[in-house]
Amino acid sequence: MKPAPFAYKKARTLDEAMALLGGQPDARLLAGGQSLIAGLNMRLSAPSLLIDINGIAGLDGIALKDGKVEIAALTRYAAAERSDIIAKHAPLIARALPHIGHVAIRNRGTLGGSLAYADPAAELPACLLALDGEVEATGPKGKRSIKAVDFFKGLFETALRPDEILTALRLPAAGKDSRVGFAELARRHGDYAMVGLAASARAAGKGLADVRLAYFGVGATAVRAKKAEAALEKSDVEAAVAALDLDPPDDVQATGATKKHLAGVLLRRVAQQLMEAA
Amino acid sequence: MKITEDSPPVLTVLDRPNSYIGRSVPRPNLQRLTQGRGQYVSDVSLPRMAHVAFLRSPHAHARIVKIAADKAKKAPGVIAVVTGAEVAKVMTPWVGVLTHLKGLKSAPQYPIAVDRACWQGEAVCAVVAKTRAQAEDACELVEVTYEELPVVADPETALDPKTPVIQPELGDNLCFERKLEVGEPDKAFASSDAVIETTFLFGRHTGVTTEPRAVVADWNEGEQRLTVYQGTQAPHMMQNLFAKHLDLAEQQVRVITKDVGGSFGIKVHTYADEMATVALSKLLKRPVKFVADRIESFVTDIHARDHRIKAKIGVNNDGTITAFEIDDLTGIGPYSVYPRTSGIEANQVVNLVGGPYTTPNYRAVARVVFQNKNVMCQYRAVGHPIAVAVTEGLVELAAAKIGMDPLELRRRNLLPDDNYPAQSAAGLKFEKLSHHETLAHLDALMNYAGLRAEQKKLRENGIYRGIGFASFIEVTNPSAAFYGVGGAKITSQDGATLKLDAQGHISVHTGVTEQGQGAEAVMAQVAATSFGVPLDRVRVVTGDTDNTPYGGGTWASRAAGIGGEAAWQAGKALRANVLAVAGSMLQTKPETLDIRNGVVVDAASGSERLTLAELARVAYFRPDTLPAGVQAELMATRHYVPRAYPFAFTNGVQASWLEVDVETGFVKLLKHWVVEDCGTIINPQLVDEQMRGGVVQGIGAALFEHCLYDERGQLLNGNMADYLVPMAMEMPDIECGHVVSPTADSELGAKGAGEAGTAGAPACVMNAINDALRPLGAQPLTDMPFTPEKILRALGKV
Repeated sequence: MKPAPFAYKKARTLDEAMALLGGQPDARLLAGGQSLIAGLNMRLSAPSLLIDINGIAGLDGIALKDGKVEIAALTRYAAAERSDIIAKHAPLIARALPHIGHVAIRNRGTLGGSLAYADPAAELPACLLALDGEVEATGPKGKRSIKAVDFFKGLFETALRPDEILTALRLPAAGKDSRVGFAELARRHGDYAMVGLAASARAAGKGLADVRLAYFGVGATAVRAKKAEAALEKSDVEAAVAALDLDPPDDVQATGATKKHLAGVLLRRVAQQLMEAA
Repeated sequence: MKITEDSPPVLTVLDRPNSYIGRSVPRPNLQRLTQGRGQYVSDVSLPRMAHVAFLRSPHAHARIVKIAADKAKKAPGVIAVVTGAEVAKVMTPWVGVLTHLKGLKSAPQYPIAVDRACWQGEAVCAVVAKTRAQAEDACELVEVTYEELPVVADPETALDPKTPVIQPELGDNLCFERKLEVGEPDKAFASSDAVIETTFLFGRHTGVTTEPRAVVADWNEGEQRLTVYQGTQAPHMMQNLFAKHLDLAEQQVRVITKDVGGSFGIKVHTYADEMATVALSKLLKRPVKFVADRIESFVTDIHARDHRIKAKIGVNNDGTITAFEIDDLTGIGPYSVYPRTSGIEANQVVNLVGGPYTTPNYRAVARVVFQNKNVMCQYRAVGHPIAVAVTEGLVELAAAKIGMDPLELRRRNLLPDDNYPAQSAAGLKFEKLSHHETLAHLDALMNYAGLRAEQKKLRENGIYRGIGFASFIEVTNPSAAFYGVGGAKITSQDGATLKLDAQGHISVHTGVTEQGQGAEAVMAQVAATSFGVPLDRVRVVTGDTDNTPYGGGTWASRAAGIGGEAAWQAGKALRANVLAVAGSMLQTKPETLDIRNGVVVDAASGSERLTLAELARVAYFRPDTLPAGVQAELMATRHYVPRAYPFAFTNGVQASWLEVDVETGFVKLLKHWVVEDCGTIINPQLVDEQMRGGVVQGIGAALFEHCLYDERGQLLNGNMADYLVPMAMEMPDIECGHVVSPTADSELGAKGAGEAGTAGAPACVMNAINDALRPLGAQPLTDMPFTPEKILRALGKV
């Protein structure tokens, strides 16, 4: 379990990191390293260069800007857990954070890293999808925003171009009528979930509107369950469960059929969270 | 050092004036380890040391057609690329058989596969380089041409005539078969009020030590001597085996075992890659280091369990258990592991089923078959978790069938406490057990009646909690009956040497080894008590075949009971030697003197007569002042082996309290209790922690751990993300209670405590899950590990 040989450069500025990235197409960015280093040690990937971005000033921090919560890419999970802005304005993220790995992992792991890695069983991509958030990509030609729905392309695959760096994520700040729900089932606390569900909605009278259900651990990316969302907007939880159009693949923990059953159980529990708050 | 005063109030021979027996003293190695100053094999670095990485077969069964190593040989840092055939020139193969397991057969196993790889993960080539990273880089440059062969994966069909035979010279895929019939099982079943029959499945799992297997071998060509630093449980056994297979005298081999990061039975076997490392050192005439990484640990550390048992119990309406019957089938990989063999676990299952009960009728068949998967062998509590789960699973199914409380059914069938010595149907001999007393203790400790009431009330609210029990017996302190009689050079005796230094301190050199379990603390406590010095004047030396008495090491819950007794006797012998000198110095009879708290005292009054430092000063530096003919012997060695019984059986009972989420199939463990009887308790904290650690590994088997193979013999989850070891967040509080029935086979009276937790926990958890789900009409779960999916299936939800 020793990685294949690679070169290592510590970038001091974003421009320097981008220049290095542009010059070496198979280079990988090193942020928290919680997934990357394990992958290197198992020789699942063998980049010729690691560009350490941990020393770049200004790439972390959490701010409330123009009705959006902006989280810079290098922000550690642990910092987000302690953030009043997250607690108040991004309650879905606050609910998801304790489920991510263990304390040691959350001390190092970064929010930007999780999104860029795009593990289909990770919590954060699903939260971004449920909240209709976006990522900020910085490349040689400047910055661009990419909506969550356009960002996650496939298994560990995103819309980031090889010369771009994910520099921030932005989420709409929660309003008075915002409702969120989160639940996941992992056989041990801190494991990747067998199935998880991140949800957001808007309270509308006694019911819910703009329901967004983002499942994770059920396919190549986090996925919305749109038919179930529509049923939930009619306050019919059982119809929502029946309408779940997921087709999770089998894995070593469970068959797809079991995962689909569990997705239904999670939907009932998360629906209750959404409605309780309403 | 803070010493907890929890010694039992009754005075025995062990209660010497400064007794540490029965006290939770801190471990002598604690500070060193917590300061990061342990010396694990991974820490060992020698001049000119090279590192080996092994290229491992990606196929479960394949002929090695060609190994092209030219590119690898030229890679940076590479010292040698060595094939199985080349290693076979310096090291002979081995065959894992024991003569007392009649008919057990196996094929010769080589350090590195020669013509054929027989499981995914078997080493096919070694690359030795200046660093491990360079060795791994070069491994990628070795091109091996394989011809895939048919894979035998499923034990159920391993003996079919059309299934290929893995080792053609053996004639078939049967490694070992044992049949046992006692009493009249058929007649007993026929006349029973109820007969319950089911099939139990036990998932293959492994030990997952914190520190992986590791070895540094250093062949000194000038000295013609081999020094092996090895994380092992049995240094003398390995010394013998290295010598034998390298054609050396034992004297030419020294095995050093300093700190070991957990063993659990994983590190008491001969591993091909470790043997290869030793051979490579001899071949290359330089130190070679091998540290298994986590990926190779999963495919080469021995696996265990993986039994399919069809089982039957007969019971009468009055609660009498009339008979047990089992049919056990287990697949153990392509070789029986050397030198303890892979037949022991099945043999233990046959021995142990029904063991706590008076039931006289018993039939058992066990078949051990070869297959193309990683090898299986002895792991913590060998056979017990299986036998206990089968027995106790059947007992609770029988209780449910006849509508009797499961504790009551046990009370009516457990061997009575007042009728020892006794013997089980399978022929196990028990010196003294305390089934009923431990059960009564457990009943009170857990407030059983209160829990049943709570369970009933919660069910009305749709909360499904279960209570499960497991009575058990446990093999400890093995005599030569385990391995020696079968021809293996694995000693069952152990020795201890106590030496008084010139300042009046003592060192204890013991043949048992420290694996993180606290054996050093136990040896220090025993020696300090027996000889008569404060604990901080004792230094313990373990794990060095040049400097410790010949001993067995640590396995089968033997270190405290056997190694401890040797230290006890050596302490007494050294005390007598010291008092003989003191007597002549003080011109008094040695019998009137004693050593207490490090001082020679008048035995009657306790008043100080002489310090040990003064005695040692005279004995070592001014022996001329001693009377003529007085020669101080300030070092004493004693050995011990149990003789009266083949094994010192312990017993106990465990209980689990858990909640099943019937929508998700998830199990939440709420509480676990163990009441056990390991005889004299030397260190209560260490015993309790052995129980707790053991329970956790048992829970791992019940709920989490499973080496998943596909039909082509490929391990699907050989990493720490997909293979689930039990973790603290999911573990319940584990409360321990004790009943003390010392063995009269030794003065110390200690039996083993290391495996009882693992023996009983899986059965408890299984029974508790089935108890929780019984009102829902779920099919009883008997297929470990009990995953959410299996529970949902039993509930008919998926």
